[in-house]
Amino acid sequence: MASELSHGKPALSVERITLTFGGLRALNEVSFDVVEGSVTSVIGPNGAGKTSLFNAVSGFYKPSGGSVRLFGETIDRVPAPERARLGLARTFQNIALFRGMTVLDNIKLGRHAHMSTGLLDALWYFGRARREELELRAEIERRIIDFLEIDHIRNAAVAALPYGLQKRVELARALAMRPRVLMLDEPVAGMNREETEDMARFILDVKEEWGVTILMVEHDMGMVMDISDHVVVLNFGEVIADGSPRAVAANPRVIEAYLGAGDVGDLRRRLQAGKGPTTGGKAA
Amino acid sequence: MDWLFFFEISLAGLGTGGLYALTGLAFVLIYKATRVINLAIGELLMLGAYLFFGFAAGLALPHWMAILLTLLLAAVVGGGVERLFIRPMLGESPISVFMLTIGLGSILIGVVELIWGPNPQRLPEFLPTTPLFLGEAYLSSKIAAAFAAAAVMVVAFVLVFRFWRGGVALRATASDQAAAYSMGINVPQVFSLAWVVACVIAAAAGMLVGAIGGIAPTMGVFGLSVLVVVIVGGLDSVFGALVAGLLIGLLEALAGAYLGGEYKLLATFSLLVVVLMLRPYGLFGTHEIERL
Amino acid sequence: MRIGTAKESYAADESLFDTAVQWRWLLVFFALLLIFPFIATPYWLFMACLVAINVASATGLNILTGYTGLVSLGQAAFMGVGAYTVAWLEINLGTPVLVNLVAGGLMAGAAGMLVGVPSLRVKGLYLAIATIAASVIFHFIFANWTSVTGGVSGLTMPPGTIFGFTLDEPRDLYWLIVPITVLMVIGAANLFRTRIGRAFIAIRDRDISAEVLGIRLLRFKLLSFALSSFYAGVAGGLWAYFFRVVTPESFPLLMSIFFLAAIIVGGMGSILGAILGAAFMTMVPEVLKMVVNWLSPWLPDAVALLSPVRVMVFGALIVGFLLFEPQGLAEMWRRLRRQFHLWPFKT
Repeated sequence: MASELSHGKPALSVERITLTFGGLRALNEVSFDVVEGSVTSVIGPNGAGKTSLFNAVSGFYKPSGGSVRLFGETIDRVPAPERARLGLARTFQNIALFRGMTVLDNIKLGRHAHMSTGLLDALWYFGRARREELELRAEIERRIIDFLEIDHIRNAAVAALPYGLQKRVELARALAMRPRVLMLDEPVAGMNREETEDMARFILDVKEEWGVTILMVEHDMGMVMDISDHVVVLNFGEVIADGSPRAVAANPRVIEAYLGAGDVGDLRRRLQAGKGPTTGGKAA
Repeated sequence: MDWLFFFEISLAGLGTGGLYALTGLAFVLIYKATRVINLAIGELLMLGAYLFFGFAAGLALPHWMAILLTLLLAAVVGGGVERLFIRPMLGESPISVFMLTIGLGSILIGVVELIWGPNPQRLPEFLPTTPLFLGEAYLSSKIAAAFAAAAVMVVAFVLVFRFWRGGVALRATASDQAAAYSMGINVPQVFSLAWVVACVIAAAAGMLVGAIGGIAPTMGVFGLSVLVVVIVGGLDSVFGALVAGLLIGLLEALAGAYLGGEYKLLATFSLLVVVLMLRPYGLFGTHEIERL
Repeated sequence: MRIGTAKESYAADESLFDTAVQWRWLLVFFALLLIFPFIATPYWLFMACLVAINVASATGLNILTGYTGLVSLGQAAFMGVGAYTVAWLEINLGTPVLVNLVAGGLMAGAAGMLVGVPSLRVKGLYLAIATIAASVIFHFIFANWTSVTGGVSGLTMPPGTIFGFTLDEPRDLYWLIVPITVLMVIGAANLFRTRIGRAFIAIRDRDISAEVLGIRLLRFKLLSFALSSFYAGVAGGLWAYFFRVVTPESFPLLMSIFFLAAIIVGGMGSILGAILGAAFMTMVPEVLKMVVNWLSPWLPDAVALLSPVRVMVFGALIVGFLLFEPQGLAEMWRRLRRQFHLWPFKT
């Protein structure tokens, strides 16, 4: 169950991030910390700016104000690929696997930024390139493929996989990125109960066995309340609540935000139950 | 500097530019409605010119009838091409469709060469030939007449595009295919319509181009300049095609007159590169926002 | 039928050819390449060299277009850069053949990188058209930089010599062209077993996500352009040694379209595809020529028909493959193999 991790070094700090599209403010001075070793969830009704926040943190959008720190270092001027190398890994809401590659190659791709094979090595292959590839292969097999139980599909084409497995392959790829902070964008959206429980277990294992800090956007309140140490609530691009799952669930502003989205009954029921996600449930 | 010469060259350039604008319109029409880059536009234009040649010289029909039959046949060709080649490619990568139109162009060249032979021909004269003077400046009356014809067609097209139901359907499809479909617009029919109209326009342009400079199976290279026109103007902008058509025509004429014929393509393609670097979506094209 | 192959190490699983049968067929193929010059007529040797040159260039274009997803209509122009570089070096400096070829490749690679610069800002078809612009501009340079390129009449070069042998006939050139092509093809195949190849494919499939996953887009797009043009440049250099006359008209836009057609017909994003496609597209006109010769007793003006029919068949092949076999000859080959393996069962 959720434990309080209020003191501890922040792995990722978002400080007064403001993001505008044209005249529209997608994020308005959003601030929160992700404590090292915690699972932090960002929740909020649709359109609250959760994915925009992820995109701003991973460097795809350039915020017009504020800054992002990764383990104390400001990364505002660091381009997206370099952020990945620094240990900021992520998955995507609408699965972004590379359809032209096998599962194995998709996972290997995650390690890209940490590999050193140059063009000439690659063309020649034997020697350095081969050694690096085989080391990577062995490590992926041992640490990731076994762990996520996807050994039966390693040579499958990703496009043909069912949705739940695709999500798992995305997680595998993110793990291959040597993450220090892992950002999961709706890891269980559209999954059935069994798949959701598997994924929740994987996430907790990643946190505990790999020591990876996790930042997650998710609509499945049951899962959020179950595995999060810390919950941040966004609405209309602003943080309206920030604290332990229990505190957030009791916060009247949060309930109001969901009331605005016309779904308060469902939310309250699920918050009180603390578990038991409705299948593929969305809070708004 | 000889201002009279400059003026004459500019006039001739604008005249050719009118034809570029007209053909560019056909190109933009197809792109807007179906998101297909039709590299066969030059060859469709060539086909139109040869069809007219076949009717007017081969069968010795009266010119008005030859023109009418050419436009009619071009419409059939446009509809057929869309139905047989383009529609099965729906949903394929734009690159594949782009290559398909290149292949189509090649087939058209082969067919025309097979029927009419590889040598250049002259079209029967159907445009006035008496020299024309604007003040002191000489202007080939063929070019002037072609420009006038092109202008009339452009205006007619823009009016139809704006007010006729089919034109509205076309614009709706261009801005959002799925939404148009759900509003009861028959999108496949709109695709056909776009190809039919575009091929008719291309054939008309082909007759005008052929009347000025003669015809040959290689006259499809005209399409290369049209490509520059639509990229500079913005692939999805009718207004862009018109402005850029005149601009490219002018630039080509000036480069040809003052630097030499071999500089024509260099000048236009250099402009293309500059525009792509500064405004990747053309002068009047819409910039599509990228999403993750 | 074959049941399956058990692999005992990751190294075995990562190798290019995974079964003993495949290795045996490969050996047979190389043995054929070795004895070919001793049994083939000059005509077939000529065609073999031409096919090999086209395979090298098509493989390069496949890296850029098939694997990285950047359409280029400039491949012929880059071949031109390589050919002019080689011819100029051979005429003016007389440097060794292999040095010239590498220099040709590097010059073309640099040119390719320059042309690739807009690729970060413009993509897809806009980029394809930017490469048309590049080929128009290169053509202009070839035709007008007379002091270096010899202008419209071009450069005529002496045959190359290697270890005292003069490379005059296709029979001699075969030993230069085919091994280099084989090396380049193997290099390309290796590339796609490493991070660089994966990065290229990732850019093709989802370039923006790739960036967030740690791939520097501009760097890898330019790398793809440079490598593809390097291949073109070396192929162009071989072309120069083969024909020994390099003119601006040697490398028309149509030739770039030819290479695109070759990888479409062969199979985009497949090493085997580029080989099959280039060989096929090179041989089709020859087959047509044979058919026409064979028909000429009955069809008096058959020879006059050759040119338009060739153009038509070229277009029809592109259209036909795109419509009916978009994965190209490589897919047909795979299907054939599968059927053979699974016999007597059906797929």
